[in-house]
Amino acid sequence: MSVLKVENISKNFGSSEVLRDISFTLEKGDVLAIIGSSGSGKTTLLRCLNFLETPDTGRIYVNDELLLDCADKTTMRESEIRTKRLHFGLVFQNFNLFPQYNILKNVSLAPSLLKLGTPEEIDTNAKKLIERVGLSDKLDSYPCQLSGGQQQRVAIARALALNPDILCFDEPTSALDPELTGEVLKVIKGLKGSDSTMIVVTHEMEFAKNVADKVIYMADGIIEEMGTPDEIFNNPKSDKTRAFLAKSLENL
Amino acid sequence: MFETVMQALLEGFFQTLHIFILTLLGALPIGLIIAFGSMSKFKPLRYLVRTIVWVVRGTPLMLQLIAIYYGPGLIFDNNFWGQGNEGRFIAVIVAFILNYACYFSEIYRGGIESIPKGQYEAGQVLGMTKPQIFFKIVLMQVVKRIIPPMSNEIITLVKDTSLSRVIAVYEIIWAGQAYIKSDGIIWPLFFTGVFYLVFNGLLTLLFGFIEKKLNYYRG
Ligand SMILES: Nc1ncnc2c1ncn2[C@@H]1O[C@H](COP(=O)(O)OP(=O)(O)OP(=O)(O)O)[C@@H](O)[C@H]1O
Ligand SMILES: [Mg+2]
Repeated sequence: MSVLKVENISKNFGSSEVLRDISFTLEKGDVLAIIGSSGSGKTTLLRCLNFLETPDTGRIYVNDELLLDCADKTTMRESEIRTKRLHFGLVFQNFNLFPQYNILKNVSLAPSLLKLGTPEEIDTNAKKLIERVGLSDKLDSYPCQLSGGQQQRVAIARALALNPDILCFDEPTSALDPELTGEVLKVIKGLKGSDSTMIVVTHEMEFAKNVADKVIYMADGIIEEMGTPDEIFNNPKSDKTRAFLAKSLENL
Repeated sequence: MFETVMQALLEGFFQTLHIFILTLLGALPIGLIIAFGSMSKFKPLRYLVRTIVWVVRGTPLMLQLIAIYYGPGLIFDNNFWGQGNEGRFIAVIVAFILNYACYFSEIYRGGIESIPKGQYEAGQVLGMTKPQIFFKIVLMQVVKRIIPPMSNEIITLVKDTSLSRVIAVYEIIWAGQAYIKSDGIIWPLFFTGVFYLVFNGLLTLLFGFIEKKLNYYRG
């Protein structure tokens, strides 16, 4: 049983085709890295999975349950979407922490609003997650008092607090100073192996190569190539992939 | 003499305060509703609300006071505000609330629209409902951003209350001016100014305090 099955997702913005016929599956515990040049539709794909955009065609299954079928409007009811999107978590490029709340409250707010336990349980769990991202000494700090890397780690703890089946990261380190990317990538790497299934959109090729179980290279809204890191990075079949990889190595 | 004058001024000041407080109590929440109307996805409602706001903000409050008090009686032959001071007072409150709710709505709208989309999306992906996102995430940030324009508007309201006399609702300047006619003395009028100054001074301190309280975070 695959934890995620995406079938034939397409999305247009006006006349521009941003996603075309995207299909892939993920097994529980997999880490999928999505690479590709700017504008290839990576963010849009993650937003579709998190119900922030509605695809034009396609289906999304989680644990074999049909969550979204674009041909069937009854799967798109506003009230159900709210519970369905809890299968997914999303860590944003620019964190989007809640500035008026301290770190502990940032992590515990959603679980308490969703009544996922007693206040004590929620608190304990939030503290445990904050410890996991290495910020136990910052419980009472506000986001504006943290570095970008620390803010992103809080955002990861916040997403984990709802225990999503699949955690998505949209370029989690690209808003950070280079010296701060390491700490965030380390946290993400540390999540691997627990049950978390993860999708990481990234420009960090080393990370994709070393941490991912599966890599998708996207170009112009399609999956140009998909495979293991070894297949993609060492034996790319498509010329486009080769050109992209050559170029991103050049940039280093 | 001084005591009698102060007594009269104080009475006028309480009337001013009365108008001020009732207007705030009405206009602060109604302004928020109008703000939602002016951002509605339903076009006819949005245009209707924005037109009303445009008219109310584009015409003098004095004109609105006169129109609201005399209009119903002259047009429909029925002064439903009721006779006497009470009717006048109700008309004043309605006109002030309408006027200030429209001004406040624009401040709210500016504040709400200045909150980054990412804050809503962060709430959404965390499974929150729309009201939860608004009240738990957005509202506090809006409040912080709108305190400075709000305090300006509220201080203007304090001074605008004096306009209520155009439909003969008693307030502090009226009280002070009465002594020019009856006793030929100007200093009571001077003291009305002191009342305004002191009251606005206190409000300024209050807003400064709130602003400082909210300074514990940035963003
Ligand atoms: N809301 C929108 N309305 C119109 N066009 C959009 C919208 N969102 C994205 N697009 C377009 O869709 C295309 C894909 O955008 P997307 O953000 O998914 O790319 P990306 O692969 O994430 O790029 P990057 O690496 O720069 O983040 C772009 O051409 C973009 O201009
Ligand atoms: Mg992107």
